[in-house]
Amino acid sequence: MTNRIDTVFAALKKEGRAALVTFITAGDPNATKSLEVLKALPAAGADIIELGMPFTDPMADGPTIQASALRALTGGADMHKTLQMVRDFRADNTTTPIVLMGYANPCFQYGFEKFASDAAQAGVDGLIIVDLPPEEDDALLVYTTPANLHLIKLVTPTTTEDRLKAILPKASGFLYYVSITGITGAASANFPAVKKHIESIRKHTGLPIAAGFGIKTPGDVAAFKSAVDAVVVGSAIIDRIGVEKVSVANDATAFVKTLRAAL
Amino acid sequence: MQNSLKQQPDERGHFGPYGGRYVAETLMPLILEVEKAWNAAKKDPKYWAQYDELQRDYVGRPSPLYFAEPTTKKLGGAKVYFKRDELNHTGSHKINNTIGQILLAMRMGKTRIIAETGAGQHGVATATVCARFGLPCTVFMGATDIERQKPNVFRMKLLGAEVRPVTSGAGTLKDAMNEALRDWVTNVHDTFYIIGTVAGPHPYPSMVRDFQSIIGRETRAQMLEREGRLPDLLVACIGGGSNAMGLFHPFLDDASVKIMGVEAGGYGLDKSHAASLNGGRPGILHGNMTYLLQNTDGQIEEGHSISAGLDYPGIGPEHAWLHDQKRAQYVSITDEEALEGFKECTRLEGIIPALEPAHAYAQVMKVAPKMKPSDIIVMNMCGRGDKDIFTVAEKFGVKL
Repeated sequence: MTNRIDTVFAALKKEGRAALVTFITAGDPNATKSLEVLKALPAAGADIIELGMPFTDPMADGPTIQASALRALTGGADMHKTLQMVRDFRADNTTTPIVLMGYANPCFQYGFEKFASDAAQAGVDGLIIVDLPPEEDDALLVYTTPANLHLIKLVTPTTTEDRLKAILPKASGFLYYVSITGITGAASANFPAVKKHIESIRKHTGLPIAAGFGIKTPGDVAAFKSAVDAVVVGSAIIDRIGVEKVSVANDATAFVKTLRAAL
Repeated sequence: MQNSLKQQPDERGHFGPYGGRYVAETLMPLILEVEKAWNAAKKDPKYWAQYDELQRDYVGRPSPLYFAEPTTKKLGGAKVYFKRDELNHTGSHKINNTIGQILLAMRMGKTRIIAETGAGQHGVATATVCARFGLPCTVFMGATDIERQKPNVFRMKLLGAEVRPVTSGAGTLKDAMNEALRDWVTNVHDTFYIIGTVAGPHPYPSMVRDFQSIIGRETRAQMLEREGRLPDLLVACIGGGSNAMGLFHPFLDDASVKIMGVEAGGYGLDKSHAASLNGGRPGILHGNMTYLLQNTDGQIEEGHSISAGLDYPGIGPEHAWLHDQKRAQYVSITDEEALEGFKECTRLEGIIPALEPAHAYAQVMKVAPKMKPSDIIVMNMCGRGDKDIFTVAEKFGVKL
């Protein structure tokens, strides 16, 4: 069984272009508008969509995504609604990969086995669980592998070659390179240092590498595109959702178009 | 020793299913570095010589084991002793741990210290050792807690620490810990995070326990000297659970010693409280798996307690394990009962307890009368109440 993530990276490799990965939080600012934005993202240029599973205590996230999760939770978001949102998206899009991103506890409370199975059936292609390092991910990995879900691993500026040996055997789909030591939405990444580190990581893996955290503008996207297989933009898109405007979807998608134009 | 309860955790920091290292990958290399440094320090006699000297001359250890005669007479049951950790420099047990961790931070060549604090006791204890060793210190504290613990906030500032208000969530201890972790992930290269309780990613729960176990080791020796035998019951309050773990750990293999942890019952277990074991379920937060206050979706719920030091929706993973093993019994005391304990202890003993050990005292008031006069209870008086007089005055309707 092929996974949409693999299909997209294979196609873009032929095309010679890096993928645009966009992050939004499920249910932000409410269920209706969030689904509207989600559905509009592929046409605006998103190749892969990361859908945030809201959590009360997002310890790797900056103020923008914290506020976004809080808006979603206040609006009644939960894991069942997040999965329903994926099903609704899949009703008219069967090609754009969806990666659920979030923290371990909501998945653990849902039940790792049921979560992996329900997510795969809803049309999810991969998972990024920020606080589940290789030391603790076996309990979930036993269910994601048979469900054909990629459990995407994070690599950071603090990752040494020794550490890569613990991470790579468990990685699939793509590697998510956290381009700053810090939280989402923080200071811009140091591109030359990131590029150098990513080049050294490529010696150890053939997996596509995506860079995220601290990538905010079309300029950032343009700087990164030659060094990576995908760029991830999150907080800068959510900034367009968080403000009360007439059309959240239009603002967010217009911005995504400018990001895509930079690739 | 085989079948010892003192052998936890395993090499990956698991106490049965609890504990572990549930942190972002950015932090993993640091956590491993802290673990490596701690394993080396643990075996270094020079490290412990410095720790012991500071505990003796700077903190004032050993803290006395005091026979609480008025309480014993009034309750008419078991003999009640207090382990007087409120007499430590800075007024609580927290400094037992901050000294151990700052010595470790300096061994590792770290030049900046961060900490989280709820009641402010851990913040003060961290700011104190930072002043002593000349390291810059940033303390994260919930905005709500800053409001209700003003004296400690001022104390930290006097000691040269920067107190950074945290407004996310309810602005209490959990949010302060999130913000400290965010700072650490941002300043990985020069910063050491001094966690104040027996929670967080491995090695913190067992490391903090080892520093706090000085309480239980002293108690054991003092009790043997004074009574020629071990106590029958240990009682300590629990937020994250560091003072309790420190008292309990050296006694875990002594089957004759009953162990009782007292959680914050807040307005009552059917209402808002901070009793993770009695009112929560296992989950993952702040780097470890443990019992948490949470809803069915796994969203963390705000705890409530009159005591800012107990107002945390989780508990140290070793307590979660001891609870499942039934080696320790975990009960809860409400705000109202704790206030009664506070009043009673102050009037009877001439000791103003912090609101945290006032919970333990309230539990002693419940159990001592049911025990025999030949039975012995040791309660950990883990902090003094000076910091709480504003909260208590407000509850009593007194304007200061």
